[in-house]
Amino acid sequence: MLTEVDLAAIRLTLKLATVTTVILLIVGTPIAWWLARTRSKWKGVVGAVVALPLVLPPTVLGFYLLVAMGPNGPVGRFTESLGLGTLPFTFPGLVVASVFYSLPFVVQPVQNAFEAVGERMLEAAATLRAGPLDTFFSVVVPLARPGFVTAAVLGFAHTVGEFGVVLMIGGNIPEKTRVVSVQIYDHVEALEYAEAHLLSAGMLAFSFVVLLFLYTRKGVRAWK
Amino acid sequence: MKRVFAKLLSGGALVLAPVLAQAAEVQVAVAANFTAPMQKIAAEFEKASGHRVLLSYGATGKFYAQIINGAPFEVFLAADDRTPARLESEGRIVPGSRFTYAIGKLVLWSAREGYVDPQGEILRRGGFRHVAIASPKTAPYGAAAIEALTRLGLLDAVQPKFVTGENISQTYQFIFTGNAELGFVALSQVMEEGRVTGGSAWLVPTDLYPEIRQDAVILSRGARNPVAVELVEFLKGEKARAIIRAYGYEF
Repeated sequence: MLTEVDLAAIRLTLKLATVTTVILLIVGTPIAWWLARTRSKWKGVVGAVVALPLVLPPTVLGFYLLVAMGPNGPVGRFTESLGLGTLPFTFPGLVVASVFYSLPFVVQPVQNAFEAVGERMLEAAATLRAGPLDTFFSVVVPLARPGFVTAAVLGFAHTVGEFGVVLMIGGNIPEKTRVVSVQIYDHVEALEYAEAHLLSAGMLAFSFVVLLFLYTRKGVRAWK
Repeated sequence: MKRVFAKLLSGGALVLAPVLAQAAEVQVAVAANFTAPMQKIAAEFEKASGHRVLLSYGATGKFYAQIINGAPFEVFLAADDRTPARLESEGRIVPGSRFTYAIGKLVLWSAREGYVDPQGEILRRGGFRHVAIASPKTAPYGAAAIEALTRLGLLDAVQPKFVTGENISQTYQFIFTGNAELGFVALSQVMEEGRVTGGSAWLVPTDLYPEIRQDAVILSRGARNPVAVELVEFLKGEKARAIIRAYGYEF
């Protein structure tokens, strides 16, 4: 059966995914809006940077984060000057890493939804004297709701499935940085295959249910 | 058409067979702590024999899991003597091929000069945020660190500060990047040409932890590969031993 250590890893993973998803929805929405509306020549560059975690090996991201957030790195010096210490081996450190790692999974569905809203709706709202913020929250957000749901579910699920980055910067500390994927790896390395099976099967079922939900929702095309 | 193919294939096999025989290779799984010396030894061996050595580095426990699940390794240089003994009792090695190629030393190391004092008093003083160790479940140097701290009576005080590397290389990386102020690694990782190359270190007295006997074996997969035998003989030779000694190992 699941041990206390396994349960702690599951709790931590859910907490990490929740915090990361909330932050990503807050940070990702303006980025998605800008990408959907802009005609700037920088659109391609920003879009590419956002998409980088889709193709980069997690080891690259993890390695750079470890160096950048360390006491000799630019981020590490900044956080130390604020009296916060350094981020690797801490829960906030994992959150920062996960936000980078799952960014495209939130930005892209929201961006697609924003693009689908179209110019005419915004013009109609403007003729009715709606201000930009009013238009955004009363017209755009309700119309883009399916995109937000997809983004939240994918951001959450992708963070739950994170492994390489956490392994590189986590330090495997119980209840702080030992997430389920790392716990499974530990079990396998220690030849505790029964425990590894239990957690792995749980992950498999969770991932399948999430994708099933996304692909069978009524009237929503599968995320491209 | 089929016959043409068959002819082409058999012709190709005839042409390729001698080439394959000449480009002899051996696949070796190496405990992470032995990475640097093994690279040098493999280079020397390749120069002397003309064969190719393919090295994989990692945690001993992981290699064990991979080997029993059919990994294509022919020679295994473990970080302990338990894992090779276990493989031997399970009949997965060439009988009689097990031998100790090095005895490892544990060191408390910091990347900062003057941070770790030569008596290791820093462990009692504290004042650090993180101590890096290798996973004690799977890495012998991690288990040795736990044992040493236990015998010093410091385990309870230091344990909350542990950050655990997946293997001894990752542990070194945590310390090297300064994310952990200090940590327990293998002497071989911070030593070259018989000297500690940078930072500051305390050589943990050998009576504080059980001897880290590192055994090597020829795995069953390597039974019919003469290069595996050649490499193991080379490992026992004076040239290899000089390299091994320069990294702080004993015999």
